[in-house]
Amino acid sequence: MFSRALQSSTRRAVLRPARVAPGMVLRRLLSDDIRQKLDTAVHAHPLVLFMKGEPAAPQCGFSRAVVQILDIHGVPESKMQTYDVLQDQQLRESIKEFSQWPTIPQLYVNGEFVGGCDIVLEMHQNGKLEELLEKNNIIEPVAAEAAAPSSA
Amino acid sequence: MSTAAAAASGGPVETAIRTKLTETLNPTELAITNDSWQHRHHHAMRETGGGNGETHFSIQVVSDAFAGKSMMQRHRMIYGALAEEMQQGLHALSLKTKTPEEVAKAAAAAPSA
Repeated sequence: MFSRALQSSTRRAVLRPARVAPGMVLRRLLSDDIRQKLDTAVHAHPLVLFMKGEPAAPQCGFSRAVVQILDIHGVPESKMQTYDVLQDQQLRESIKEFSQWPTIPQLYVNGEFVGGCDIVLEMHQNGKLEELLEKNNIIEPVAAEAAAPSSA
Repeated sequence: MSTAAAAASGGPVETAIRTKLTETLNPTELAITNDSWQHRHHHAMRETGGGNGETHFSIQVVSDAFAGKSMMQRHRMIYGALAEEMQQGLHALSLKTKTPEEVAKAAAAAPSA
């Protein structure tokens, strides 16, 4: 679905090569059209994940790790949208330009780029991911403990 | 470490990573592990004939340059320094970034033996 939408608008060249000075972050020119489509896509669902493969069958260990972490937090399917970049080479290249991030997977929450596997894993371990998901109404906050139980 | 010894450990990509990150971040600690062997049969690597043996690395960096920066900013600094390599054979990096203060704090919090 996404690839069809991208292809219909890409009769002209979408990505033009640029010269790279050592140390410079590569900036090719993304067409306004593609930029717009990606912007729409990352805002269309509370959580958007660009990955390799799909949640039921990830095609990469880093993508699988992110999917597993989201699963641990109980992110409901209704709140998330995943895109398989292996199905769409243009998407694969353009999302890297759009996010200014060279690798997949890429997690977006509420239209904002959160990061790749390392970042999601670290946030999962330090509690910040749960915080982010709760704050954005992607998961329910865990009910506060009722009055502290007296000792057993 | 003598230059000869340093050059002997690791291929051109690993050397480039070490050089560039040392230049950009002036780290107090820099550990680079080549994980490529674990990924040589994976889909993307099979397309390129198993890769060149320098496709996946784990990097642990401790540097003051990370002070006050979010995880994302720190990772961007590293990807920025290695933009050229990422355009070529380097496929993925696993990154752990800390400041010297954070390392000290973690060591203090760790349960003693």
